[in-house]
Amino acid sequence: MIEVVGLSKRFGSTQVLTDINAVFAKGKVNQVIGKSGSGKSVLAKCIVGLYVPEEGEVRYDGQSFHTLDKEAKRQIRQEIGMLFQSSALFDSLTVLENVLFPLRMFATMAPEEMLERAHLCLKRVNIIDKDGLYPSEISGGMQKRVGIARAIAMNPKYLFVDEPNSGLDPQTSIVIDELIQELTEEYGTTTIVITHDMNSVMGTGDNIFFIHQGRLWWKGTRDELLTSDNKELNEFIFAGSLMRQVRKAMKG
Amino acid sequence: MRILYHIGRYFQLQGEVFSKPERFGIYWKRTIEEIDLLGVKSLGIVALLSVFMGAVITIQTKTNIDSPFIPLYVVGFAARQSTILEFSPTIISLILAGKVGSTIAAEIGSMRVKEQIDALDIMGVNSAGYLILPKIIACVVINPFLIIISMFLSIFGGYMAGTLSGLVSSANYIEGIQFDFNAYHVTYALIKTVVFAIIITTVSAYHGYYTSGGTREVGISSTKAVVYSDVVILIMNYLLTQTLLL
Repeated sequence: MIEVVGLSKRFGSTQVLTDINAVFAKGKVNQVIGKSGSGKSVLAKCIVGLYVPEEGEVRYDGQSFHTLDKEAKRQIRQEIGMLFQSSALFDSLTVLENVLFPLRMFATMAPEEMLERAHLCLKRVNIIDKDGLYPSEISGGMQKRVGIARAIAMNPKYLFVDEPNSGLDPQTSIVIDELIQELTEEYGTTTIVITHDMNSVMGTGDNIFFIHQGRLWWKGTRDELLTSDNKELNEFIFAGSLMRQVRKAMKG
Repeated sequence: MRILYHIGRYFQLQGEVFSKPERFGIYWKRTIEEIDLLGVKSLGIVALLSVFMGAVITIQTKTNIDSPFIPLYVVGFAARQSTILEFSPTIISLILAGKVGSTIAAEIGSMRVKEQIDALDIMGVNSAGYLILPKIIACVVINPFLIIISMFLSIFGGYMAGTLSGLVSSANYIEGIQFDFNAYHVTYALIKTVVFAIIITTVSAYHGYYTSGGTREVGISSTKAVVYSDVVILIMNYLLTQTLLL
């Protein structure tokens, strides 16, 4: 479980996040949604420790992350898996080497076991026979899946996913969303997905957190999302024609 | 005041770079790769420059000696002294700052804008140490070899230009390069080389590591890496010469 308590972040004179309080449940897909520029990616970077908030704290299973020493932070980070918007695979390493990377860096297992684990992770995301290819030689959807395989290689307790569907076609997006949902249930991870894709929200979101103008504007479940009377939330979720048709059908 | 901010952040980064590596084996493997990439692959340009610069120094020295009272072995002597004291350690280091420095800044800067450094940090890897330390060790190890090769090739280039053009005889040139040889000058040159290698790698890595934005900023970081490395090399060249030769 990850708790965010009274978190505020600003860059210079620009206040980006103000007094965010949220609890991200274990074994659930927690989705942080909001418009571009609303502050959701900054929130994610504060949670994983890439940004230090001016106020508030982030607790990983009760441990306040930003007050820990460097070594303790490193220990927690080894329990975090993250899929970036750009996949962030290492260009100079092959698909297999990318998945092996965290294992070689931190795992205490034998090289054969590492190889076995890496192949298992790749198989889990349906990447087969691509071991020797470089990231530039595979499609965007495959890169995302390799990114997921790398993120789960160390059996993470916490899984962060930043805009998993950006640049992907709808079919591949569904595959990625389902994969994230399955892995969350399978490994019991605390999963946080940053997205503005409503298909993804309606498909896999267990708990939804809506960020608006740097504040946590609304939180609830997927079912509550459609029936909420929050004006800003409704403007966001029913901005697309598909969602407007869903609302029309619901009213009908 | 901005410069103090950069100097402070530069030394803070070095603190991260020189902290204990997670896995020595992985750092060792990366160091070998960097020796090949930054050192061995620079051998061609270093060799080419050295031969031609040695040739030019010889020809210019000879054409500037008008007095019959100056012995001809001075041509070889001047070529050797210019090469060992200044040309090989300093000029070649400035050239390497252009080649190696821009490579380092562009590589690390691209990794920054593609979120690969964030990925390393989130995994719990000391990204600064993992990316920069092998490059520093590689250049500190390989650059003295490059400079020694450069010294030999430059003096050889001078010999070839001098003897083939008939400006100086083989005997005079060889007498000149042996005349009043001071081994400490080679030590001085190698000390400079090691200091310049550290400057090239750390200054360039600093600019790459703190790149923010997109591909345009990666280009800007590469340019800054070369310019600042060159400026710091020139300042350190003066300070080291004053300290070690006077």
